Amino acid sequence: MSDIISPVPDAIIQVDLKEIKKRKFIAYIKNNWILYLLLLPSIAYLIVFKYAPMYGVLIAFKEYNIFQTVWASPWNNFATFKEIFLMPDFWNAFKNTFVLNSLDMIIGFPAPIILAIILSEVYVKWFKKVSQTILYLPHFLSWVIIGSIALQLFAPESGLINLALNKIGVSPVQFLTDKWIWVGTYVFLGLWQSIGWNMIIYLAAIAGINQELYEAAVMDGAGRLRKIWHITLPGIKSTIIILLILAIGKMSQIGFDRPFVVGNSLVMEFSDVISTFVYRTGIQNFQYSIATAVGLFQSVIGLIFLLGTNYIADKLGEQGIW
Amino acid sequence: MINNFKNKVFNVLMIAIITLISLMCIIPMIYLLSVSLSSSTAVISRQVFLFPVEINFGAYEAVFNDKAIFNSMIFTVWLTVLCAACSILITIITAYPLTKRNLKGRNIFLFMIIITMYFSGGTIPDYILVKNLGLTDNFLSLLLPYMLSAFNLIILKTFFSSLPESLEESAFLDGASHLTILFRIVLPLSMPAIATLTLFYAVGRWNGFQDALIYISKPDLYPLQLKLYMLVYNNQMSEVAIVEGASTGSIASDNLKAAAVMFATVPILLVYPWLQRYFISGVTIGAIKG
Repeated sequence: MSDIISPVPDAIIQVDLKEIKKRKFIAYIKNNWILYLLLLPSIAYLIVFKYAPMYGVLIAFKEYNIFQTVWASPWNNFATFKEIFLMPDFWNAFKNTFVLNSLDMIIGFPAPIILAIILSEVYVKWFKKVSQTILYLPHFLSWVIIGSIALQLFAPESGLINLALNKIGVSPVQFLTDKWIWVGTYVFLGLWQSIGWNMIIYLAAIAGINQELYEAAVMDGAGRLRKIWHITLPGIKSTIIILLILAIGKMSQIGFDRPFVVGNSLVMEFSDVISTFVYRTGIQNFQYSIATAVGLFQSVIGLIFLLGTNYIADKLGEQGIW
Repeated sequence: MINNFKNKVFNVLMIAIITLISLMCIIPMIYLLSVSLSSSTAVISRQVFLFPVEINFGAYEAVFNDKAIFNSMIFTVWLTVLCAACSILITIITAYPLTKRNLKGRNIFLFMIIITMYFSGGTIPDYILVKNLGLTDNFLSLLLPYMLSAFNLIILKTFFSSLPESLEESAFLDGASHLTILFRIVLPLSMPAIATLTLFYAVGRWNGFQDALIYISKPDLYPLQLKLYMLVYNNQMSEVAIVEGASTGSIASDNLKAAAVMFATVPILLVYPWLQRYFISGVTIGAIKG
């Protein structure tokens, strides 16, 4: 009796399914081809300008010269890496990268949090607005501009700061040429540029705290400092942790402009970092394989840092970065 | 009463701290402005502090008369507008399809983009690529390699996704195509995000220095930052300015450098206040998704 229930042979059902799938596919393409067309430019961009250079990284493992293609160059059996690991300049740049980044973090990470809390305790609206506008401004200045301003301010003879120090009888300070003091100048300029901008996220987090909590605390007789300690800080804790993780993840990466522009030949022992080292060996001295290998080494360390910190964040029960 | 007094002291203290830090942010700019407006003799004899001494526009005249600096300014304005327009356009048309959850291949594409945020070829492979494409000493080398920022793309995609879906759906039922929905419905609602990202792209190009230093060796194609670097750090003035400078007794004197720095900063100062209300919301959107 069961034959009667399915009068159509299996084969036909399958053909029909195929037909339906095909029609569905055609309908899908008809509805969505424009979306793929919109994606086309960025796919081309990614392949040419992002993935092709990743392939170019192979020259770190090859004896490359500009007259040969990457593929045709012979493998060199990690000779490049053996060479850079024997270079004292490389290790110096590596060390400087970590030291400067660590100092940036120790000073530059808590500062915007404190500033945001202070600013959120100010209740004069126009003052708040004006000071915010001024505080964000340095973020939009390039390092060439900041470096030029620093030259005018910190110059030993004619700089504004040393002129002021001179008036109160202090002898000129070599802000830019004494390597130990230079480190302070470097960190200060970074703080100057980024403190206001980095504060925005914390200000937004503080604005998102439930106001009733503060009102309840006032009822209980809490003072201003107590409110900061017991409500504001816990309220922005998760923001702080996420940004801390991101900051640690970026520890091995360093921009080029800031150390290159703020640094100079007199303080090179401290100012030469991975990015400037790559520029010097690769672009100025044409040692492409060495510079690429150093860049790759930094990328890999950076990736390990990032994955590591994200893993720790996961374990701590905080929301990961992605 | 005591509590009230304590509160007042606290308020004054907070305002004092903020004022101090704000002054530290703005005084260098004021100093530079007054140096640029002072006579070079006043600068050399160190009379200039926060107010210009012997006000004159000689330094600015010299900067404007220097063909090389002026050309580089025009070139940079043109390049910045072009870059910001191209970048925001490609970001918009890439972000929109990625908001469609049932788009086949969407995840592969997102993955391809996110990888580029964490790993890149590096300076030298980028340079070899640009060189092999024959783009060195070509303005395209300043436009193409950094055209699309993965970070900005994710911000815009997040913003698009946060718009109410019902709007798009009803438009779709009325027979609107994807392009109509994107340009008639999604874009008008996303102006704050788009203004912010355009600002980020424009500031990035305006301030961009490293790529120009590596890819450009022809002085005609120096963007302003590179020109400024050469001027301040290498004391390179073009002929006109050297003649101008010679008349005042020094080559690329401090007030001339200060004027050049102001010259490169003023365009940012002009657009910045107008866009400020937008970028705060933009940064906050970015913060949500990290």
